[in-house]
Amino acid sequence: MAAIEIRNISKSYRDIRAVQDISLKVDEGEIFGLIGPDGAGKTTLFRIMTTLMLADSGSGEICGHDIVRDYYGIRKIIGYMPGKFSLYQDLSVRENLEFFATLFGTTIKDNYDNIKEIYSQIEPFRDRRAGKLSGGMKQKLALCCALVHRPSVLFLDEPTTGVDAVSRKDFWTMLRRIRSSGVTIFVSTPYMDEAALCDRLALIQNGGIIGSGTPEEIVSAYPYRILAVKGPSMYPLLKALRKIDGTVSCFSFGDCHHVAYDPARTCREAILGKAAEEGFADCSAEEISPGIEDCFMQLSGKWILN
Amino acid sequence: MKEFLASVKKEFRHIFRDRRTVLIVMIMPVIQIILFGFAVSTEVNRVRVMVCGDMSDISVMRITDRIDNNRYLEIAGTLSNPGEIEDVFRRNEADVAVCFGMDFGRESVSPSGNARVRIIGDGSDPNTARMTVSYVAGVIQQEQQDISTSLAGEKRPSMAPVVQLMYNPAMKSSYNFVPGVMGLILMLICSMMTAVSIVREKETGTLELLLVSPVKPVWVILSKLMPYLVLSAVNFASILLLSHYVMEVPVKGSLILLSAAALVFVITSLAIGILVSVISSSQRTAMLICGMGLTMPTMIFSGIIFPCESMPEVLQWFSDIIPAKWFIIMVKKIMIQGGGLAAVAREMSILTGMAVVLLAASIRSFRTRLQ
Repeated sequence: MAAIEIRNISKSYRDIRAVQDISLKVDEGEIFGLIGPDGAGKTTLFRIMTTLMLADSGSGEICGHDIVRDYYGIRKIIGYMPGKFSLYQDLSVRENLEFFATLFGTTIKDNYDNIKEIYSQIEPFRDRRAGKLSGGMKQKLALCCALVHRPSVLFLDEPTTGVDAVSRKDFWTMLRRIRSSGVTIFVSTPYMDEAALCDRLALIQNGGIIGSGTPEEIVSAYPYRILAVKGPSMYPLLKALRKIDGTVSCFSFGDCHHVAYDPARTCREAILGKAAEEGFADCSAEEISPGIEDCFMQLSGKWILN
Repeated sequence: MKEFLASVKKEFRHIFRDRRTVLIVMIMPVIQIILFGFAVSTEVNRVRVMVCGDMSDISVMRITDRIDNNRYLEIAGTLSNPGEIEDVFRRNEADVAVCFGMDFGRESVSPSGNARVRIIGDGSDPNTARMTVSYVAGVIQQEQQDISTSLAGEKRPSMAPVVQLMYNPAMKSSYNFVPGVMGLILMLICSMMTAVSIVREKETGTLELLLVSPVKPVWVILSKLMPYLVLSAVNFASILLLSHYVMEVPVKGSLILLSAAALVFVITSLAIGILVSVISSSQRTAMLICGMGLTMPTMIFSGIIFPCESMPEVLQWFSDIIPAKWFIIMVKKIMIQGGGLAAVAREMSILTGMAVVLLAASIRSFRTRLQ
């Protein structure tokens, strides 16, 4: 039995179509990532799956419970961490955790070993009000509150947004440990670099899934090859590279440009040569394997074709 | 049950950790009662009377004395020329002026009876002017009676109506506003605070977490109502104590009946609070709806300020759907008239009906999902 299975889910807000015809299947005990930019429909999909919202059409089950008819059964077995920090700011760390434990009919003591690893990090501040915690600590507290009742499926909506790079890394380490205890994790993120840390993922854009599979599958399905090009004046270089025949697209990626090219039509040397003709003689170009972000760019159709 | 108690505990923590809420909830009733009691009193006290006329005239002096000895009136001074009265009013040195005609003393005892006296009030404040003028007129009328008695040697048959205000002989305005303020405050605390506290959870997103938990929404709502029920009980008690010991408003009827009426009214208000929280998406909207949609109609249509009987018929119908109106009527009947259950049976059943309908509607309207 799949931990999560949804079929043809659609949802509109008046005339804005937030989610269109989405089908997903998540196996038990895997980390499934929903990757996409802000406004792609991630939160809407979360709310539908966590029974907070009704889809206009489509159906689905969480651990065999129907998301519409058996919403009450689902609420007992899932943990949910909304995108916005949603704990009681005026209650202390311990009071928050206690409240959510009681809400799910359990106590901190009974499930201490389940949250120990994360809770021990914020326990020194247990009497501090949640509103006065730092971003990383808030996130850990929210995770504790979502985990305290031993859910079978954990829904994390953009848990790493607004968290520093080190804490983000820690967070993913924690997620792997939680997964090893058998919990299925459905996580969304706008950060492409976190995609590779998921077991499987789906790329979402404008309310539709544009690609899914393991990170390896997605990368291997990439139809072109990529050159990382560096040069002295980056912006004119970007414009020049886009004009070169045989390059499919060119985007700025931090300190270099990723040039996607069709190997049937051109090659590294040809591109460098064309660039030199345009006056960019001292460019360096390195053949790299595509990342998830390159795949997302290609799949989302954000191409400047020539 | 444990979940419910934990939620109630949490609600109390929210209230007591927010100093503003505590201030609104605990201090506001006290301040309102004291304000209405002392500052916004409609009684007339220490009315300054300016006398204009021949001060050597014995009759004028007698009347002046009489005015000065009245507990509500005092003499502010004397004028010789009636033309100065306007100046005196402008400088706010007097509230009312009494002008005696020429030869007032002689005319007042002569059989032709042509003694003229004019009472001039400051019409810029019509309510006060009407009351002060009638006070002064009353004093002069008494003097007139005394003169007639002394002339005839015995009391001549004449018509002199004796006015008595039952239940409130001294015409204290506190008898009117204590029930009014009680209705207003209970309404405000229960509806506004409940609405705001539910909408706040919507705003902060914690409602999402509550909804995703297996706790039934009914319990979530009830746990939100509990603290405000307790708080309104405290407010009810403090208003009663203040009005009884500071304002000296009697509690003639049964205290238990009064508390029962308050309980029914509080439940009605709590239900309205939930309904407001369902339709508003932000705390500001909830406050606005409560302020404009509840407090104002309650003030205007519940009979605190304007008597419902003098409203156009359509507005009277409208006033009938305001729960506070029925509660205030009941409080007046129980507290001041000393009425029993039979006296308030009609109001009580109307209010109970409202409570049941509103509570059912509000629990039904509370969704198990987000919009």
